[in-house]
Amino acid sequence: MSGATSEGAAFQRLELSMTVTAAFFYLFATITIASGFMVIASRNPVQSVLFLILAFVNAAGLFLLMGAEFLAMILVIVYVGAVAVLFLFVVMMLDVDFAALRQGFLQYLPIGGLIGLILLLELVLVVGTYTIDPGLVRSPQVPIPSADVMTNTEAIGQVLYTRYFYFFQAAGLILLVAMIGAIVLTLRERVGVRRQDISRQNARTQETAVEVRKVPFRQGI
Amino acid sequence: MNPALTIPAFGPLLPEILMAAGALVMVLFGAIRGERPGYGMNIIALALLAVTFVAVLMLPSERVETMGGSFVIDGFAKFMKALTLIASAGGVILSLDYMRREGISRFEYPILIVLSTIGMMMVISANDLIALYIGLELLSLSSYVIAAFDRDNVRSTEAGLKYFVLGSLSSGMLLYGASLVYGFSGSISFPVIATALQGNVGIGAIVGLVFVAAGIAFKISAVPFHMWTPDVYEGSPTPVTAFFAAAPKMAGMAMATRVFIDAFPGILVQWQQIIVFISIASMALGSFAAIGQRNIKRLMAYSSIGNVGYALIGLAAGTAEGIQGVIVYMAIYLAMTLGTFAVILGMRRGNVMYETVDDLSGMARTHPVLAFCLGMMMFSLAGIPPLAGFFAKFAVFNAAIEADLVALAIIGVVTSVIGAYYYLRIVKVMYFDEPVERYETMPAGVKLVLALCSVFVVLFGIVPSPLVAAARAAASSLF
Repeated sequence: MSGATSEGAAFQRLELSMTVTAAFFYLFATITIASGFMVIASRNPVQSVLFLILAFVNAAGLFLLMGAEFLAMILVIVYVGAVAVLFLFVVMMLDVDFAALRQGFLQYLPIGGLIGLILLLELVLVVGTYTIDPGLVRSPQVPIPSADVMTNTEAIGQVLYTRYFYFFQAAGLILLVAMIGAIVLTLRERVGVRRQDISRQNARTQETAVEVRKVPFRQGI
Repeated sequence: MNPALTIPAFGPLLPEILMAAGALVMVLFGAIRGERPGYGMNIIALALLAVTFVAVLMLPSERVETMGGSFVIDGFAKFMKALTLIASAGGVILSLDYMRREGISRFEYPILIVLSTIGMMMVISANDLIALYIGLELLSLSSYVIAAFDRDNVRSTEAGLKYFVLGSLSSGMLLYGASLVYGFSGSISFPVIATALQGNVGIGAIVGLVFVAAGIAFKISAVPFHMWTPDVYEGSPTPVTAFFAAAPKMAGMAMATRVFIDAFPGILVQWQQIIVFISIASMALGSFAAIGQRNIKRLMAYSSIGNVGYALIGLAAGTAEGIQGVIVYMAIYLAMTLGTFAVILGMRRGNVMYETVDDLSGMARTHPVLAFCLGMMMFSLAGIPPLAGFFAKFAVFNAAIEADLVALAIIGVVTSVIGAYYYLRIVKVMYFDEPVERYETMPAGVKLVLALCSVFVVLFGIVPSPLVAAARAAASSLF
């Protein structure tokens, strides 16, 4: 425990880990923004979706840097695994003429640019005048346990089914509506489809399956 | 180590639990039973709505918070839930014959109406941001599906798609605003937000408030977030339009009241400006844009935009009288709208529904009773005494003047006069134009709804006190 050197070494290690964290942040952030831009700029729709997936994965990396590992993994599972796959299915299955879809872009650019500018100004105003009111930083009603006590997943699990049970059940009802809606809007009965009925096949007995006929000599059936 | 868990009180949630359990049983029943002719599923849905209505009336009238502070019952919630259930029941009854005749009578329709009503009741009782959003999504998703219910009709699928895309965008805006409000107040619970946001709040909270207001304004189809309303109302099947014009409006206005009075009372000055602007714009658009409309459903869409503008006058006042005005206005609006759509649903000849104003020509000679009822509805919508619509407008204008929003009340009166043009034009077409062919006899359910609504609208002026007193009790429970 030689004083100054180990403190210096610890400080250097701290600085190095700070730098590594910062480096990763800039890496993830840059790729996210770049791939986000490429989503709309790319001509090939499949490439757009792949860039979207890249953006999602990098956003998950950003969440990991913040210590929200549950959110990062859920992002990958739901956004990449479900939403982006759905996008890919649609892009590949439907014959969408993306070139024709994009044609009106220049026409709407001025108004879109204006709205974007207004939102940017609002963002600058809000961030610029943002001060943390000490009175507002009150401890949350259910504080998040630190990472060495329990993982994010366990922490969320401890409250989701107990304290926030109402939201959980209501979300289940919403999923029910989604299922019913998909069936109502798209399910059609197909006529003339030949299906196998395995139980009927298995229930066949010798009497019904085989028929013994006496064939007359020199004639057929 | 888990803290000792207290089981929340489920009593106040009895209506929602009944409806949810009923909806699940209906899904099971319908899937097993399959498509069979008859109104079985609809009857079950109506019975469910009736039982839930009784359960709502049996709720306590003093304020009860449960589910960890996410769910609240008070007199206001009781009243608006009762109105919503009546509106949904009206929607189901109006749909009985139409769906069967058009060949889109599927058993999922009453189930989706029930699920939508559960969402509405959740929104009315919401006491924090997440409960509000989840209830709103439940209500909206079911609505998107039933808008596109006539799936082989291109107008209906267009309506459903438009509603879905625009609705999702507005839900996103509401969620963004909610996250900003949470960030700047430190909590999702409305009472805590109310104490945190008082007086001079930072611009961040105001931006959040504006986005939340935008999301709410979409749901109640207030200008400038009204663009979806004419197309969706015109394209959807007519009973679905009747449902949209009735039930989600009740829940939407209740949601607006809940959010602005419960969560943002400290910054009343800020959101009053927003509501005043939205109200003036809605009234103006509702009266001017409907003048050139030929399709009755589209005309009723603009009429509903205007009516929301008038109801918002009461909300802009921000006082108990204002909320009383809102409640009275919505109750009377419900009767007028359901009655008008009942008449629209009666305009059938063979397999064709007639939807234009010219198809009403000379109805006074071919269907005198129908013409009288529609005439009374139109006079009431125009705000002519002694019909119910006059009392509704009187209540909101009175509240506005008492809250020193005299200019708002004057604009309301002026737009009311301008808007009276197209209501009275319908009366003129019915009574003074050459008659067209007779329509078929109205189905029994539609006749029942029309009769009830007409009686209410015409005779309200004689006994207004029960509704007004109940509204006053409900409004004062919020303050």
